[in-house]
Amino acid sequence: MSDYNFAYLDEQTKRMIRRAILKGLAIPGYQVPFASREMPMPYGWGTGGVQVSAATLTPEDTLKVIDQGADDTTNAVSIRKFFERTAGVATTEETEKASIIQTRHRIPEADLREDQILVYQVPIPEPLRFLEPRETETRKMHALEEYGLMHVKLYEDISQHGAIATSYAYPVKVEGRYVMDPSPIPKFDNPKMEMAAIQLFGAGREQRIYAVPPYTKVVSLDFEDYPFEATKAEHPCDLCAAEDSYLDEVILDDQGGRMFVCSDTDYCRTRREAGHVGRLGTETPLQTGPEAA
Amino acid sequence: MHPLLKVNNIKKMYGHRIGCTDVSFDLYPGEVMGIVGESGSGKSTLLNCLAGHLETDGGEVIFDTLDRGPVDTLKMSEPERRMLGRTDWAFVHQHARDGLRMSVSAGGNIGERLMAVGDRHYGNIRDRAIDWLDRVEIDESRVDDRPTAFSGGMQQRLQIARNLVTGPRLVFMDEPTGGLDVSVQARLLDLLRGLVREMGLSAIIVTHDLAVVRLLADRLMVMKSGHVVETGLTDQVLDDPQHAYTQLLVSSVLQV
Ligand SMILES: Nc1ncnc2c1ncn2[C@@H]1O[C@H](COP(=O)(O)OP(=O)(O)OP(=O)(O)O)[C@@H](O)[C@H]1O
Ligand SMILES: [Mg+2]
Ligand SMILES: [Zn+2]
Repeated sequence: MSDYNFAYLDEQTKRMIRRAILKGLAIPGYQVPFASREMPMPYGWGTGGVQVSAATLTPEDTLKVIDQGADDTTNAVSIRKFFERTAGVATTEETEKASIIQTRHRIPEADLREDQILVYQVPIPEPLRFLEPRETETRKMHALEEYGLMHVKLYEDISQHGAIATSYAYPVKVEGRYVMDPSPIPKFDNPKMEMAAIQLFGAGREQRIYAVPPYTKVVSLDFEDYPFEATKAEHPCDLCAAEDSYLDEVILDDQGGRMFVCSDTDYCRTRREAGHVGRLGTETPLQTGPEAA
Repeated sequence: MHPLLKVNNIKKMYGHRIGCTDVSFDLYPGEVMGIVGESGSGKSTLLNCLAGHLETDGGEVIFDTLDRGPVDTLKMSEPERRMLGRTDWAFVHQHARDGLRMSVSAGGNIGERLMAVGDRHYGNIRDRAIDWLDRVEIDESRVDDRPTAFSGGMQQRLQIARNLVTGPRLVFMDEPTGGLDVSVQARLLDLLRGLVREMGLSAIIVTHDLAVVRLLADRLMVMKSGHVVETGLTDQVLDDPQHAYTQLLVSSVLQV
């Protein structure tokens, strides 16, 4: 017997969070305040995403948790275990099989479907904070659509670096109305946000929830003469030869040897199982983890 | 010709104390109105009431808008008034740091109003920022420096550039030369006079420095204890003051 209610939070709290989620879906990109609860993990660990997942999970769901695209990082593993223990739901590493995917820093490469929900962990929900620290003022700016300041930030980027150097948490305008921080995903992922799945964003410490409904228009801000580009390393994956996936650089030795591999580990594995082989790949899927030895 | 701004019976109380009261005047396009008076006479209070930064306890501030003609700005909704504040109106603060974004480069500071009204061409924004740096006599090599690296006089000139870049139809200035060294004041004043002439600016300038209004203002309003005690053409008021208080004000300056 568990000492907890299903998915840890009590029903009343979940109802409160669901109301915030529904409001968020009704006003795409708008930050809805909610009464964030203490969770049995530190704030940096995605307590906002965890609360949104907890309020969204049903016993029939299959949960996938990724951190930087991988299912096996400490953060992802502990959140997955948390829900295995408190909700007893099935978990998976396969994007395809998951009905709810909680993520930190990435959107899966595979196209998501209408019957899936993507939950983002958000550290700082306010895209205007960088230049305007006063919350009373940023709230007004959102209400009145005063978004010139967002472009000041991009202007500063170009004037300092010769190009828009913002490569993570790249600001977007949702459905022609609210400017939103997409959480620290690489800007490579921004175009994927126009997707079939529901996207929910939870910021625990900052007590905000926001959402992007399916098939919503999401536009990355830019200048006419410095258009947005969804860049990634100019390289195919060294394991699965994918040319269209976001890559992590892995240092192999202290002689400067390195490789580029898909940051989405499930995508890479699925491709290798389908027979794709990269520069450093082997015919059979690479085993990882302690069992590999 | 219609007045650009028509001010009727503005009143502002701080509890039982008068901030300013019974203030009425018209400002015509291309005109510069100076507001002078000793410290605490209500100059800033009045200016902030006119600019919509302070809530008034009565009166009207009727501005001749481009699209709707004369509108009482005190009855505008907040979104309308804020829109006015970043398009047709500009406000130059006494302390440059109140009117600048200190963590943003000089170019970004000047470009902000352009971006706020929808300019989305980086090259264009930057060219205009550089042009404006030039107009306020700041070397264009400083375009990427932050105002924290600027002297007080440069900061004030940058604040002026940032406000004038969109060609506002009305500029409010609160002690634009206050707090600067005398030599720096003279240069700024010279620059302001050039800009006022060149752009045909309509402006309301608050100062306790009569040299400032002598150079910049067409007309003058003298305030004491929240009341206007004398108004008139600048030269007339300064050379032939009627009210005893103005006489005192003028003579004390002449003695300096
Ligand atoms: N926020 C406030 N609360 C209460 N009284 C105020 C406030 N601001 C100003 N006052 C008072 O209102 C009067 C007018 O002040 P104001 O700042 O408008 O004067 P000023 O002419 O701009 O003076 P200065 O030349 O020193 O800037 C003064 O008596 C001042 O003490
Ligand atoms: Mg003052
Ligand atoms: Zn791969």
